[in-house]
Amino acid sequence: MAEGATLTLPTRRDEAWRYADMDGVARIGVDALDAWQDIAVAAGESITRCMIVGSDAPELHRFRVKLGEGATAAFFVTNAGQDYTRVELEVHLAKGAHFEFGGVTIGGGDATREFVTQVTHAEPDATSNQTIRAVHWNTGTGNFLGEIKVARDAQKTDAAQDFKALLLEAGASANAVPQLEIFADDVKCAHGATVGELDESARFYMMARGLDPATVQRLLVQAFIGDAFVALADEAEHERLLDAALSALEGAKL
Amino acid sequence: MLEITNLHATVGGPDKPTPILKGLTLSIPAGEIHAIMGPNGAGKSTLANVLGGKPGYDVTEGSVTFNGQDLLALDPHERAAAGLFLGFQYPVEIPGVSNVQFLREALNSQRKARGEEPLSGGEFLKLAKDKAGLLQMDMDMLKRQVNVGFSGGEKKRAEMVQMGILNPSFAVLDETDSGLDIDALRIVGAGINSIMRSPDKAVLLITHYQRLLDVVKPDKVSVLAGGRIVETGGPELALRLEAEGYDTVMA
Repeated sequence: MAEGATLTLPTRRDEAWRYADMDGVARIGVDALDAWQDIAVAAGESITRCMIVGSDAPELHRFRVKLGEGATAAFFVTNAGQDYTRVELEVHLAKGAHFEFGGVTIGGGDATREFVTQVTHAEPDATSNQTIRAVHWNTGTGNFLGEIKVARDAQKTDAAQDFKALLLEAGASANAVPQLEIFADDVKCAHGATVGELDESARFYMMARGLDPATVQRLLVQAFIGDAFVALADEAEHERLLDAALSALEGAKL
Repeated sequence: MLEITNLHATVGGPDKPTPILKGLTLSIPAGEIHAIMGPNGAGKSTLANVLGGKPGYDVTEGSVTFNGQDLLALDPHERAAAGLFLGFQYPVEIPGVSNVQFLREALNSQRKARGEEPLSGGEFLKLAKDKAGLLQMDMDMLKRQVNVGFSGGEKKRAEMVQMGILNPSFAVLDETDSGLDIDALRIVGAGINSIMRSPDKAVLLITHYQRLLDVVKPDKVSVLAGGRIVETGGPELALRLEAEGYDTVMA
C-alpha cells in the first residue's frame, strides 16, 4: 500500500481473505492490519521461531521474512484460538535459502483459524517446505492459503506444501487454497490437500486393547498433527507446541 | 466363563440388516481351549466382532455373559479391562503411534479401570521385552509404529506379543494362523499355549486349518455353519473335518 493511503478493511473478494471471519477482522480493527513484524536473516544464518497463538479474542500475526543467500528460517506454530486467529507469513528467499513451516490449527466452537503464506523464490536453488495439519470439531474451521511464487531466474527451486485436515464431526470445516505462480522452467513444486475423519478401524482396534475413547482420540490426533513438527529438532519446544495442541483437544466431540 | 446363549446378530446397520448369527449357543468354561471351525461365510468373524463390540454389528436377540457379567452392555475398552482380548484377523496399522506407547497406554488404561497401579516405563519395557522374546520378536519392532510395514506374519506375531503383555483371562483369536509360514505358526501356537494355557483362562480359537490345532491342541472343537453351532466334539472332530470336509461331516 502506498504511503499516506487510507487503510481500509479487506473484503472476502481479496483472495488472501477469502475464508476469513470478517466479523473477527473488523474486531481486530484496521490499525492492527498494518502491524507487520519484519525479520531479516543474513546470508548463511538460520533462525527458528516457535509460537502458540490464539486466545478468546481475535488475533492477527503478520510476518515478513527476508532470507539472505543460504539462510534458513523455520516457523512452527500451534494455532488454537477460541476466536478468529490468523497467522500470515510473507517469505522472500534469496539463492539457496530454505524456509520451513509447520503449522497446526486445532479447535472447536465456531472460530476460524488460518495460516496464510506467500513464499517467493526470487533466486535459484532455494527450497521451501510447508506442512499444515488442521483438527476441528463443532463448527470450527481451519484454513490454509498458500501461495508460491517462483521468479523467472529461480531455477532449481524446490517448493512443497502439504495440508491435511481431520474433522471430528459433521459441521466442522477446512479450506485449502494452494496457488502457484511459476515463471522458471526447471523447478519442483508439490502440493497436496486432503480432508478426512478419524480412522474408525484404528479407533476400534485401540479400544479393543483397552484404551478409552478420549485416549484413543488423543493418540490418533497426536499422530496426525505430528507431521507438522517433524522438522522441529528442539525436543522441549516440540513438546510445548504439541501439548498446547492436545490440551485444546480436551472436551472435543468423541 | 463365557456363556453365549441364542445369539442373533446382524451386520449392515438398521437400514439394511443382514442376519449372520442365528441362534448361536456356546459355553466355554475356564481352563478350556475351544476351537471354532466352519466354512466361509458361516459367521466366524462376525462372532469374534460381536464379542469384541465392533461398531456395525447389532445383536438382535440372545445374551453373552462373561464371568457372570453382561458382556454386551460393555464398551469395547471395558470388555478389554474385564479381561477379554480380541486377536484380529487383519491387525490395523496405526501410523505415528509406536507399539511401546500404544501398549503401555493400553495396559495402564486397563489397570486403571481395574483399580491397579500403572506400570512405570521401566517395568513396562521389561514386561514387553519378556513377551517379545517369547514370540521371538525383535524389541526393535516394538519401537516401530503399530503394524506399519509389518508383513502379514509379523502382524500376527505382534498380536500375540500384545496378548502376552495385556495378559487377558479370555482370548478370542480370529484366524490368528492365516498368513503364517510353518515356523511362525509353531512360534505363535507355542505363544498361545504359554500365555493362555491355564486353569483360570480360556480361549475361543477361530481357524480354518488343523495345523494350528496340532500345536495348540484344543480341548473342544465346534463347527459353526449358517450362524449356529451345528456340532461339538473333541479334537478328533477337527481331524475328521480336515479329512472329509464340512459337507460330509455336517450331512
